Amino acid sequence: MYMKNTTLFKLLAVVVAVIMVVGIMSGCSKATDADKGNADAAEASTTDGTIYRTLDEIKGSGSIKIGVFSDKNPFGYVDENGKYQGYDVYFARRIAEDLGVEVEFVSTEAANRVEALQTGKVDIILANFTVTEERAQQVDFALPYMNVALGVVSPSDKVITELSQIGTDDAVIVISGTTAEIYLEENNPEITLKKYDTYSDAKTAFENGQGVAWANDNTEVIAYANTVDGYTVGIPKLGSDDTIAPAVTKGNETLLTWINDEIKALADEQFFHKDYEETLVDTYGKAYEEELVVEGGVIK
Amino acid sequence: MQALVTDLGFDVLFKGTNFTRLLGGMWVTLKISLISVALSIVLGILLGVVMTFKNPVTKAICRVYLEIVRIMPQLVLLFIVYYGSARLIGLKFEPEFAAVIVFTFWGTAEMGDLVRGALQSIPKHQYESAYSLGLNRSQTYFSIVIPQTIRRLLPLSINLVTRMIKTTPLIVMIEVVEATKVARQIIDANRVASPNAAFGLFFVIFVLYFAVCWPISLLASHLEKKWSN
Repeated sequence: MYMKNTTLFKLLAVVVAVIMVVGIMSGCSKATDADKGNADAAEASTTDGTIYRTLDEIKGSGSIKIGVFSDKNPFGYVDENGKYQGYDVYFARRIAEDLGVEVEFVSTEAANRVEALQTGKVDIILANFTVTEERAQQVDFALPYMNVALGVVSPSDKVITELSQIGTDDAVIVISGTTAEIYLEENNPEITLKKYDTYSDAKTAFENGQGVAWANDNTEVIAYANTVDGYTVGIPKLGSDDTIAPAVTKGNETLLTWINDEIKALADEQFFHKDYEETLVDTYGKAYEEELVVEGGVIK
Repeated sequence: MQALVTDLGFDVLFKGTNFTRLLGGMWVTLKISLISVALSIVLGILLGVVMTFKNPVTKAICRVYLEIVRIMPQLVLLFIVYYGSARLIGLKFEPEFAAVIVFTFWGTAEMGDLVRGALQSIPKHQYESAYSLGLNRSQTYFSIVIPQTIRRLLPLSINLVTRMIKTTPLIVMIEVVEATKVARQIIDANRVASPNAAFGLFFVIFVLYFAVCWPISLLASHLEKKWSN
């Protein structure tokens, strides 16, 4: 009986092995069909195993993969007809147009943006990607196309225009884990913070008078003050200015140079101002255009 | 009634192609889970048979495999297959394909363990009686052991199948746009116009998942009843 079992086992092992191999091979060939530049991309692997497609390989393949948000209105979102829209998407379409290739949008999660570039799943990330020193060690950022800073919103009848107006008994509302929380704890430890885990909790608390002001990314507070009556952004810019820029896989010089030249060239037609007016003006209003837009990669 | 429809965000469903997009997202979920379930059942049955062998080598291999699947969160497996494979060996899987590999890897292990349990629960006298009636080995398996095994296997494997379907929203982390991601896209696109759309959309997602899993459970209980008589 043992003898029979061993024979049966060998047979099964062969069957399982064949199925696995066929599965893996069909997977590879499927991936290759979908992405003709694959073989070349693999050769371009750098020593630490990152994979990217050079400018010529992207042009040769006829399509570019751009990672964007699909649920961050108004930067990258999908409209009711299933079409990608937003400030980042508008720029992405232009990049593809000027490269003369089709654009393939890849819906990205905030936490996966670095990984997606490092594994060559996308050629460019255009997903509201804030430039930080830590990230710059992992990916290559091109020239910026937008500013971000912190902002503070408060009730219109008691507008706070300077942090010194906040008394010792007053509290400022922040969302846990955001740049606003980190900034205020480091630079203004004397201010009492009330922390909430989600946007909606913070919003409810703020509207019920739990704090004299609410600190968050300035884009968020501006959008809030524009949609809810009775609130004003007293401090539209707080702390260090950060910028938002496209990112490519570390070492992808040809693509990076092309994007930088593209951003500089687009300044002639004031492209990002047009982008703002098409996509962001409904949320932020005309007043913040100069504050938010970076044209030609030049920070004023 | 009109107010209720608007307040709970059901109206956004009928904007543009939103509802079709949700169904499309559900189809992605279904496609990936059904392919994985089918592969898991076939491979799991083979694995289950292998697991009953008394050979120490196969026992050890199966044990390690099963423990890996049990210990690793499915999300980690997804990351390993999707990003890890690209990093380590330069393989570029399509995200859907990576999802099928992970779900099959998981399903096969659990299915194998269920099959092993069911096979071992068939009492020895069933085999002995069959042999003494003059049936040979394969006859014994096909007419005595396997029918009883399947009956014992059914409730447990249905549980596994529905669990696999319910775990699919994880694949959003490897860039697959499935039903819950489509829902989040719609909620976000309408966050000013209908701030409460989340309720309506996730209710619809609930109905869609129910519509998929309920018939599977019904079929299982129908078969159970039929076979118990």
